[in-house]
Amino acid sequence: MINEIIFMNGYGLYVWSAFIFTLLSFTSLYVVIKYQYIKEKNKFISKFGKLNSERAAFAISQRINKEILSNSSKI
Amino acid sequence: MFKQFEPGKIFSVTSKAPKYVLFLFIVVLSIGLVEGLIFSPKDYIQSDTVRIMYVHVPAAWISLGIFSVITFLSIIGYIFKFKNLFLISKSLAPSGFVFCIIALVTGSIWGRPTWGTWWAWDARITSMLILSLFYVMYLTAWRIYSESIQVFKITSIITIIGIINIPIIKYSVDWWNTLHQPASINILSKSSIHSSMLFPLLIMTAAFALFSLLIFLVKYNTELIKIKNKGLDRL
Repeated sequence: MINEIIFMNGYGLYVWSAFIFTLLSFTSLYVVIKYQYIKEKNKFISKFGKLNSERAAFAISQRINKEILSNSSKI
Repeated sequence: MFKQFEPGKIFSVTSKAPKYVLFLFIVVLSIGLVEGLIFSPKDYIQSDTVRIMYVHVPAAWISLGIFSVITFLSIIGYIFKFKNLFLISKSLAPSGFVFCIIALVTGSIWGRPTWGTWWAWDARITSMLILSLFYVMYLTAWRIYSESIQVFKITSIITIIGIINIPIIKYSVDWWNTLHQPASINILSKSSIHSSMLFPLLIMTAAFALFSLLIFLVKYNTELIKIKNKGLDRL
């Protein structure tokens, strides 16, 4: 049974390489996209931290900014 | 109508959704892999190589679908000057491109034992390669042009020209004498694929669709934060 799944009548190399290539592509794309997301989020948090209290109060009044900061702990 | 799609409201949903989509994707993909690699039968002519279909076909379908959606959104966005549709299109493109590459590479791997060659300048394969080039042009345009009006115009032109290639890909196996086999699944007429193979194929298609949704959500959130970063600079 195990041998059948691995060797697949002599076509195992083709079948497994196609599936492995697909899964590696998925993983690479997810890692790259997630990395970009974390980088942008950290940049936002760092910029927000440098604002004075008046500007920070104005920035936090925007719903999306509040959402970005509220999600920052869940990275 | 478009006020419903205000970025602030969308972000509150899109920032929470990826974890659920990721979980669902892993579950559906696991079922699809077990069905496709273990439980589905081998083909009486192609033997076990037919299993490559479970990654090759969904990748090609979703790649074509994403490019069509990108074109539609770009045209609507350009007509109504609605920036958010361009952000959605931009966020869809990376997964569309990766699916196109997966379709080409797995097709090449499948071609070796089936046709005896890794590559042929066949109408279906060549038109799919052209689609990948349109994806490259689209993604490159977003990197090159910084001015939004210019990038909206350029990317819309790329997608409008590129969409001509979509029916060519679809009907290339009917219009020309190609190595590539004709479609086994037809929406309007009877499909020639057996249900024991159709089931894992549909499961894998669902898994791939969930993956593109996951990538879209994370990329879209990144784009929104990028805009907000620029907004903080202007404060």
